[in-house]
Amino acid sequence: MSDKNTSQALKDFVSETEEIIGSLNLDLLKLADSLDSGDCDPDVLNGIFRGAHSIKGLAGMFGFDDLSELSHSMESLLDGLRLGKVPFTQSLVDTLFSSLDVLINLIDGKNRDENFTIDLSAILAQINQAAAADLPGAGNPLTGLGIDAGILNVLTEYEEHRLLENVRKGRRLHLLRMDFDLASFDLDLAEITQQLKQQGEVISTLPSVGADSERIAFQILYGSDLNQADIELQLNREGLDIRTYGDAVTVTEADEFLLEEPTAIDTFTADSSLPATAEDLDGGSGSLRSISRTVRVDIDKLDLLMNIVGELVLSKSAIATISDRLKGTAEKELAVELGKSTRILERRLHELQKGVMDVRMVPVGQLFDKMTRIVRQVANEQGKKVNLDIKGADTELDKLIIEDVSDPLMHIIRNAIDHGLESPNDRRLAGKAEKGLIQLWASQKGNHVVIEVHDDGRGIDTDKVRRKAIEKGLITNTQTLTEEDVYDLLFMPGFSTRDEVSGLSGRGVGMDVVKNNIAALSGMIEVKSQPGQGSSMIITLPITLAIIKALIVRVGEKTYAIPINSVFETLMIDVDTIQSIEKREVIELRKSTVPLLRLEQAFALTASDKDHDHRLFVAIVGMAEKRMGFVVDELLGQQDVVIKSLGKALGFVKGVAGAAELGNQKTILVLDVAGLMSEALRGESSSNV
Amino acid sequence: MSKKILIAEDSLTMRSLIVSTIEAMGDYETVEAGNGFEALRILPREKVDLIITDINMPDINGLELISFIRNNENYRNTPLVIISTESSERDREKGMSLGANAYLVKPFAPDQLQQLLRDYLEG
Repeated sequence: MSDKNTSQALKDFVSETEEIIGSLNLDLLKLADSLDSGDCDPDVLNGIFRGAHSIKGLAGMFGFDDLSELSHSMESLLDGLRLGKVPFTQSLVDTLFSSLDVLINLIDGKNRDENFTIDLSAILAQINQAAAADLPGAGNPLTGLGIDAGILNVLTEYEEHRLLENVRKGRRLHLLRMDFDLASFDLDLAEITQQLKQQGEVISTLPSVGADSERIAFQILYGSDLNQADIELQLNREGLDIRTYGDAVTVTEADEFLLEEPTAIDTFTADSSLPATAEDLDGGSGSLRSISRTVRVDIDKLDLLMNIVGELVLSKSAIATISDRLKGTAEKELAVELGKSTRILERRLHELQKGVMDVRMVPVGQLFDKMTRIVRQVANEQGKKVNLDIKGADTELDKLIIEDVSDPLMHIIRNAIDHGLESPNDRRLAGKAEKGLIQLWASQKGNHVVIEVHDDGRGIDTDKVRRKAIEKGLITNTQTLTEEDVYDLLFMPGFSTRDEVSGLSGRGVGMDVVKNNIAALSGMIEVKSQPGQGSSMIITLPITLAIIKALIVRVGEKTYAIPINSVFETLMIDVDTIQSIEKREVIELRKSTVPLLRLEQAFALTASDKDHDHRLFVAIVGMAEKRMGFVVDELLGQQDVVIKSLGKALGFVKGVAGAAELGNQKTILVLDVAGLMSEALRGESSSNV
Repeated sequence: MSKKILIAEDSLTMRSLIVSTIEAMGDYETVEAGNGFEALRILPREKVDLIITDINMPDINGLELISFIRNNENYRNTPLVIISTESSERDREKGMSLGANAYLVKPFAPDQLQQLLRDYLEG
């Protein structure tokens, strides 16, 4: 390679090997765990083998002979283990760990100085000794099976071993053929492989030409105790074709099936459907684990990092305050310099904050992948046919929020299929397609991410919801309710519109918990529905929770923080402009009517400050399409705040999303805007603290 | 139009080295695939004049990719070069018998690769 590339290439080399070593370490730990059972997971072992193999390849390119030699020895040892030639023992695992230690030292040294090296003779001797402990009788038994040479020629060494291993375990061998949309085959295939691996081993995954140019076919050689019917049931996939080679395969039968189409590979026939068997056996290591380009980080570590950044932001605020105060003193020059430095600090801090924030962001696709399984599972259990349409899977959201929204979303989707979608029969009668449609969409709107779940089912029957609510004593039968009020009932504790709670939507979780969980993330959930056309659940979530800009307000003697992304504007109004509609205070704002919420009432504070009788401050807040004015005594300004959870004990305090620390070591409460708004709109806001 | 080379290799470092080696020649375009699946997706989309593949890749390995390519009439005659480590000798031989045209053993010198590309793309 050319000189100008060398130093960058070396950096790449070190970072790539560090990643590989990270996953090697994890996989070795897993391998050690499986010592007791004596049976190591082929995926784990393969991951380790691939790791050593990749390091060897890289070391060779850089001319690091020592590293190359060590990883080569490790690779040989692992290859022996992989192919069943070397026994799986404690001392072998110990040897691998020691080798990894030396490997780490070597790479670490080369990172500082390319010429760094260490004496490898001891570790190499140890590895060679372990590799020499050959298992007796480990030849190639496949040759004894009389399998056509044309087939043996296309089997990798490792595949032969895995195939024999499955035969030895008395597993059945199946050849699954299915085809996929070219646009999404990797996801579909990954899902199927995942399912298959739960009860067997995927020995080979071979692609071939699909029915048309938009499709691609795959044949999967699968060893499992399951029979053909079990697999069909488990995968439940249209157009799945399974061939099973003999029931409870014996070596002879396996041999026979291998002979069925023996010449396909030799002739390179263009007809892809022909060489099924032979081709299928040639790939073999379809289960090889990828060494990803990513580092796995415990979310706690990111939290810690985020907290430190948060503390720095607070310290910066403190310095800025000092700088401001200095300006009024004799130390003007110093104040200017401090101000300059503070601004630089602020900019760098902002970059750091953004960097750490970026690390926390993961695509919602991770979440949606989980939901794909739920949809399939629930649809199967319910005997319903469902198409899932996913959009915006690459929208990014804070990892913690993704984790926390997972259960609520799962529940909403279960509900949509269980309660929303009709049975295929009912759908036919209603003139709809038999297959129901669930749409799972994500999009970013400013500082929020919106996740929408739409179904094209029966929609929400508002009369039925009303009746049920009266029955349950949640409302009286004289109460007039808007459509929105009715939907809100769905989120009341203990509400369920079905007489029998199904095993699915049941699970002891109601929509009230869903709503609380989303509120705890400073998010909100909205319902829309058209009878006969379907329903939508729309979840609006902040992109991140860790550090937010907030509007600090004073109410009586207390200060609160309102997340700035919920604040649209602030106003100073005259008390006389407040009107009253249906016992609610409202103001006119640019030709629309905005309801007011007096925070002192919401939090049952005694109004201590009477100076502002004629002038009030209002923060216009909003979520989705709704707007409301929070009436406060004073606006204290904007500030970055670090949100801390209130902990379980205080987690359900209404109207409060969490606590935040201000620069002056004072802790204040952060308002749950969505919660306060919906409480107030329902007219229950006065009784809770 | 300059000729296009598909590189299927899961190691980013190795891939970058191959790409910079090819770019240094100035005559060819490159398309990169980080695994076998990506290669499968790129093939129908791009007209590729030569394919370089690693053997040991996740998802599907190089042999499966070669088998797919050689059994597809659109790419049956596209030159195919295997890049693998010395220890994968048996698998490499299988790749050759599946229809690969040539192989290079890592580590290789840049001019080795360059010469090979010229042989297949300009010969």
